[in-house]
Amino acid sequence: MRVRPLRIRVRHRRLAGFVVLSAALFAVGTGYGLATEHTGAAAAGDPSAQIAQGRALFLQGCASCHGKAAEGTANAPSLIGVGAAAVDFQVSTGRMPLAQQGAQAPAKRPRYTQEQIEALAAYVASLGPGPAIPGKEQYTPPKNADLAFGGTLFRTNCSACHNFTGEGGALAYGKKAPPLTHATDRQIYEAMLTGPGTMPVFSDAQLTPQEKQDIIAYINAVRAVPDPGGFNLGRLGPVTEGLVAWLIGMAVLAVVAMWIGARAKRAQ
Amino acid sequence: MTSEYHTAVGADGARGDGRADGRVPAQVTRALTEVDERFGTASFLRRTLNKVFPDHWSFMLGEIALYSFVILLLSGTFLTFFFRPSQQEVIYNGSYTPLRGIQMTEAFDSTLRLSFDVRGGLLMRQIHHWAALLFVAAIIAHMCRIFFTGAFRRPRETNWLIGFTLMTLALLEGFAGYSLPDDLLSGTGLRIAYGVAESIPIVGTYVAEFLFGGQFPGTDLIPRLYVVHILLIPGLLLALISAHMMIMWHQKHTQWPGKHRTNDNVVGAPFFPAFMAKTGGFFFSVFAVTVLLAAFFQINPVWLYGPYDPTQVSAGSQPDFYIGWLEGALRMMPNPETNIAGHTISWNVFVPAVLIPGLFFTAMAIYPALEAWVTGDREIHNVCDRPRNRPGRTGLGVMMISYFAIMLLAGANDLISVHFDISLYTTTWIFRIAFLVVPPLAFLVTRRICIGLQRHDLRTAQHGYETGRIVMLPHGEFMEVESQLPDEEVARMGLEYRQGPAPELPPPVDEHGVRAPHTRNPLLKVRRALGTLLYEPELPEAREAARHELPAHGVRGELPSGEDREEAEPSRRG
Ligand code: HEC
Ligand code: HEC
Ligand code: HEM
Repeated sequence: MRVRPLRIRVRHRRLAGFVVLSAALFAVGTGYGLATEHTGAAAAGDPSAQIAQGRALFLQGCASCHGKAAEGTANAPSLIGVGAAAVDFQVSTGRMPLAQQGAQAPAKRPRYTQEQIEALAAYVASLGPGPAIPGKEQYTPPKNADLAFGGTLFRTNCSACHNFTGEGGALAYGKKAPPLTHATDRQIYEAMLTGPGTMPVFSDAQLTPQEKQDIIAYINAVRAVPDPGGFNLGRLGPVTEGLVAWLIGMAVLAVVAMWIGARAKRAQ
Repeated sequence: MTSEYHTAVGADGARGDGRADGRVPAQVTRALTEVDERFGTASFLRRTLNKVFPDHWSFMLGEIALYSFVILLLSGTFLTFFFRPSQQEVIYNGSYTPLRGIQMTEAFDSTLRLSFDVRGGLLMRQIHHWAALLFVAAIIAHMCRIFFTGAFRRPRETNWLIGFTLMTLALLEGFAGYSLPDDLLSGTGLRIAYGVAESIPIVGTYVAEFLFGGQFPGTDLIPRLYVVHILLIPGLLLALISAHMMIMWHQKHTQWPGKHRTNDNVVGAPFFPAFMAKTGGFFFSVFAVTVLLAAFFQINPVWLYGPYDPTQVSAGSQPDFYIGWLEGALRMMPNPETNIAGHTISWNVFVPAVLIPGLFFTAMAIYPALEAWVTGDREIHNVCDRPRNRPGRTGLGVMMISYFAIMLLAGANDLISVHFDISLYTTTWIFRIAFLVVPPLAFLVTRRICIGLQRHDLRTAQHGYETGRIVMLPHGEFMEVESQLPDEEVARMGLEYRQGPAPELPPPVDEHGVRAPHTRNPLLKVRRALGTLLYEPELPEAREAARHELPAHGVRGELPSGEDREEAEPSRRG
């Protein structure tokens, strides 16, 4: 029996997603473009308006921890030079603004709209040079991305923390590498670019943009791969398998043994 | 011959119910006669068919192991048709796209082919692996049954040792099989095994290189493991299982205490037809459960793990549960190393992965001898102990289980950390402390609970159940009506088989000023110390209860009467 190559199926589903997403983004983008164009010559083409908006948002929501000029405080690091990509990653995954000091900022529902995030990013970027928000063509893996090579890169560079199935893992001091089940392509790319928390930065010298795309393609493929063996038990490996062996397998057999024993007794 | 067969059964059947002819249908008898005329098997078959088996469910645990072994042989043979035990590098071009074009060993390549391109291959792999988990789990459960009921005592010490060896071999067999696909997860396990071998002082490096055929990973390992996995250990298992069964057959099962059940008989169902139907049905149940697990629950998805590469280690790498406790021992261990004359001894690996398992397994192997030595009990025992009637032994058993459970949990500490939101280092410390504190506590608590249950049994046996009905006697006294227990139930409590208090010792110094041997001889001192664990401690209630000791219980030792539907095999030496 030959299993139909997965790539085709995976691609189809992703492609459909992209078509819809691109259409939506295009519509929003054009609408936003048109709107800003009409709100005044000053804002259009003038990044300072966006920066000003970002600064206002920053003073409201972030300055209490990061300082009025993002210079950092005892509670939070300086954001000068972290770049727009870091802000986009942190705020779009809901990590920032931080709700509560803890071992590490948890991802949650984002508090800001994409427009506001971009304004915040523009403001932080204006404070010092850093990685910019990657463009769509940069983070979207091409159709012919090398999935298998991406897998090898993933196992070499990422699985030590995120686990080979991307289910996440524990790190020292209460920190953890989150499961890679939710992050969007852009967020994955930005995570590699900016190295949030304890995650190392994977600069373009370490992983070329193309290799980053391969990794993203692999992460997406593994997420989409159906589990041919049945219920995947959380893809957690031998731990859940052992639990099932005892709590289902042995338990059922013990009950069967009791039942047969009871029946045999009655039948005698 | 026909008549001889009938007479033989008749003579035997005359013991209770005279069901000889009714029990074995005529067709069967005729067929057997045919066989017997040629091979003279009648007397063997007669004994076989009339063999009596006790019917408690816990006696079926060993059968789960036996039947899973059969499933392993069958499914494993299927796998050998397609699996290629070679570490030759090839480029994968099968149908699992996310790995296509990658270099990998033939072993991994053929496992992927089995999973995706061989019809029924994935199901067979999953059946094989689930059966392996059930096999080991059943062996462990079976071993616990033997331990807690004292079924390892004379005359069954040999079978305990064989069973222990089977368990150890099963662990090795599982580990070898699990390593065969050469995926990233199992390769990580082999890497650890290499390190463990290396950690043995002085000879470690040589041992490791000898076992692995040179530096890790080398190219000899998978072929060697293959021979070990499909030939060497299965052969040993087969031989030892046969010996195990034959000895068991000869010695007959132990049985729970009960009315008419003695050290000299077996009460239960005859092999044919009752036990045969039962065990046959059970075989199919084990088969069904294994196949259902394999059909609905994915196991060891090696394609998600990827091929082994020594430069890669993933988070959340755990071995199968039967090796998981070793992983846990390694994870828990603090990190001391010493350097003697340029030679490093890695206590951090040697202690948890060689020393502790060595000690624990030795303790398990010699336990029957140890207990007999401490208690001086050399009697033949065919009646099981109820766990509560041996508080010390039961406590030790629970203590051992808790050691393994804690190690096993520690082996999953990263998953526990992530999924229960506990810091990784906190889990390590919790497990370290638990490893030292919980097992001794488990011993004490279990022993105390057993004693409590025993006292409860004793009270119920003496006074019956409280009915809650209060009556006033003519002279005005109130008393509660108690309902006496039927003999049957009292017999089932097995109270006469209880562990007694420690034997009296002579005074440490006699009237001539000579010190008694048990205060001088260190071996006797050890024996005495172990005795304090095994014997019942001197609780006030214990002394109290000893004063109201039960009179020897009525009818025990007699054979069942005709209308008892169960059958007894009178002789243990048949
Ligand atoms: C409650 C305090 C708090 C608030 C409010 C807060 N942050 Fe943070 N921020 C932190 C802390 C603490 C860290 C470091 C967290 C870590 O490393 O996991 C951090 C890290 C960051 C980083 C990553 C820095 C790096 O080196 O990569 C960015 C970017 C960031 N914050 C942006 C923001 C923005 C934008 C806002 C407002 C929307 C905000 N933060 C609000 C506490 C805060
Ligand atoms: C040293 C461990 C480590 C390595 C190696 C690592 N990460 Fe991470 N990763 C982390 C941690 C820790 C976080 C969470 C950071 C935080 O929340 O502050 C994270 C977060 C992420 C996120 C965000 C997930 C989400 O849902 O918000 C993505 C995506 C990600 N990593 C991808 C990668 C990729 C791709 C690689 C390999 C190229 C990689 N990581 C390598 C530790 C690591
Ligand atoms: C008796 C106890 C046995 C145990 C505990 C055992 C256990 C295992 C385990 C855990 C695996 C890994 C399976 C996986 O890939 O998920 C395995 C693989 C394998 N076993 Fe066994 N096995 C046993 C007997 C046998 C026998 C008798 C044979 C052959 C006659 C056999 C042949 C194989 C083969 C060929 C593989 C590798 C195939 C593959 O993983 O795809 N096994 N075994």
